[in-house]
Amino acid sequence: MNQLLNIDMAMVDWARAQFALTAIYHWLFVPLTLGLAVVMGIMETLYYRTGKEFWKQTAKFWQRLFGINFAMGVATGIILEFEFGTNWSNYSYLVGDIFGAPLAVEGIVAFFMESTFVAVMFFGWNKVSKGFHLASTWLTGLGATISAWWILVANSWMQYPVGQSFNPETVRNEMTSFADVALSPVAVDKFVHTVLSAWVLGAVFVVGVSSWYLLKKRHTEFATKSLRLGAIFGLISSALLMLSGHHSAYTVAQTQPMKLAAMEALYKGGTDQPLTIIAGINPFQQPDYEQADEPPLKLAVPYALSFLATNDMNGYVPGIRDILDGYTKADGTVEPSLEEKIERGQQAITALQEYRKAKADGASDSIVNCELSIINSNMPYFGYGYVQERSQVVPYIPVCFYAFRVMVGGGCLFVLLFIIMLWKPKAWAQWLSLLCIPVAYIVSEAGWLVAEFGRQPWTIQDMLPTWVGVSELGSSAVMTTFLLFLVLFTALLAVEISIMCRAIKAGPNPAEMKNEK
Amino acid sequence: MKWLHNIWHLYRDGFRNMTLGRTLWAIILVKLFIIFVVLKLFFFPNYIKEHAREGHEADFVATQLK
Repeated sequence: MNQLLNIDMAMVDWARAQFALTAIYHWLFVPLTLGLAVVMGIMETLYYRTGKEFWKQTAKFWQRLFGINFAMGVATGIILEFEFGTNWSNYSYLVGDIFGAPLAVEGIVAFFMESTFVAVMFFGWNKVSKGFHLASTWLTGLGATISAWWILVANSWMQYPVGQSFNPETVRNEMTSFADVALSPVAVDKFVHTVLSAWVLGAVFVVGVSSWYLLKKRHTEFATKSLRLGAIFGLISSALLMLSGHHSAYTVAQTQPMKLAAMEALYKGGTDQPLTIIAGINPFQQPDYEQADEPPLKLAVPYALSFLATNDMNGYVPGIRDILDGYTKADGTVEPSLEEKIERGQQAITALQEYRKAKADGASDSIVNCELSIINSNMPYFGYGYVQERSQVVPYIPVCFYAFRVMVGGGCLFVLLFIIMLWKPKAWAQWLSLLCIPVAYIVSEAGWLVAEFGRQPWTIQDMLPTWVGVSELGSSAVMTTFLLFLVLFTALLAVEISIMCRAIKAGPNPAEMKNEK
Repeated sequence: MKWLHNIWHLYRDGFRNMTLGRTLWAIILVKLFIIFVVLKLFFFPNYIKEHAREGHEADFVATQLK
């Protein structure tokens, strides 16, 4: 492992920071696209069914905002793929055959579906039939959602690598089942949860913008109807989001127990586990999970974590120390200790080198097959072979813990907001709606922080830690591009906000709106 | 061939009558130029292609995994 000791850890941190920055900015554009796609689809459907010009103009207004967001966000995700090839070259080489497939499908689907139907949606008013236009609007949204599906499949595979086998000849993980990759339980959960969260963000945006018109006493009928529709859509999406959230937590507990333990700051697990509402965790320091049994000032709901993680109020949930020391799962199988995983990982790494040497030297089949058998039996722990300390496999708990609470707390706030806006949309509630627009983005990003910080240190769960997946570059090169991106993306965001605000201020076409009555 | 004619008119009239769309297209084109020309060419080389001999990429990565 001499080679890896030469890796500059600052390089790993800068590469991670750059990827996080790019993904965070990219995600500022995506959820609004997915959320507004449904809202404008519903509004145009109302136009199609009622024939009222009012709904046509309403749909056109939200489509305009969708178009601004779409144009600003398009291609921002491509930079992530550049980063794979430059900063994460070992990772890209090892798993490119699997990871690249969903990304390629996404590129083709996104290009053909979205670009075709977006054009009909914007240019096709009065040129194609009402039905064809409506279909194009829905298909634009469907195209964006299918794109999200493939990106999330790729991300989910990193968190739960299934449908593949390692080929020591090519040093690559090769796909054995596309269906297993595309339909893994993690991918399905992640897709449903992420898209629903995007719908909630879209609903908050519609309610917030509509509230602004009501506060300004402009376009009141348009704003009132948009607000009601947005709040109903948001409420339904939120209800589904809660259900999917419970299922996601269950899946995480089965596939990434360390992530769940970090989210909950659960140092020592057991049966009948309570769900922590809040606790006194220092945001700037990793807590002493090796000594403490639980965080200070813990306020919790009895049995709720056991139910969330196992669907059983008395179910066993492993804590961080249990995962490090090894534990017995509910089905009776034993999860090995970290020490055992490290040993098996090191055996796999050594066997890989021996296998390649044996092949190059033309050694006998029995020697080659022996090394191959060692590789195959220990491959699930390959990444642990690079771990030297227990602390290296524990994610940074404060970020996981607080980001999870921001995500869940924000979701609850939005449910309350939608109910209030349907029940009594007073001026204070309209102000609250407006303030909730940036909050919705923070909450949405917090969800990704939970997902991505929680899987550290793995670029691929149990197989490849970040410090092995990274290229042996100097940190200054990555730092330069990080700063470059920071400036570029911030400028892009400023332009988007400026254009979006101008379009909102201009409002729906007032002359055409008069025809509504 | 009428449908081809209709598609042509859809795009031609659509682009001609754009207002806000012109600004958005300008931003998209500038963005694509920065991404594919500036960033890709000058800041994001293919690391393995630059460091491994052609056809020996697996050996290079295997060395990295020691």
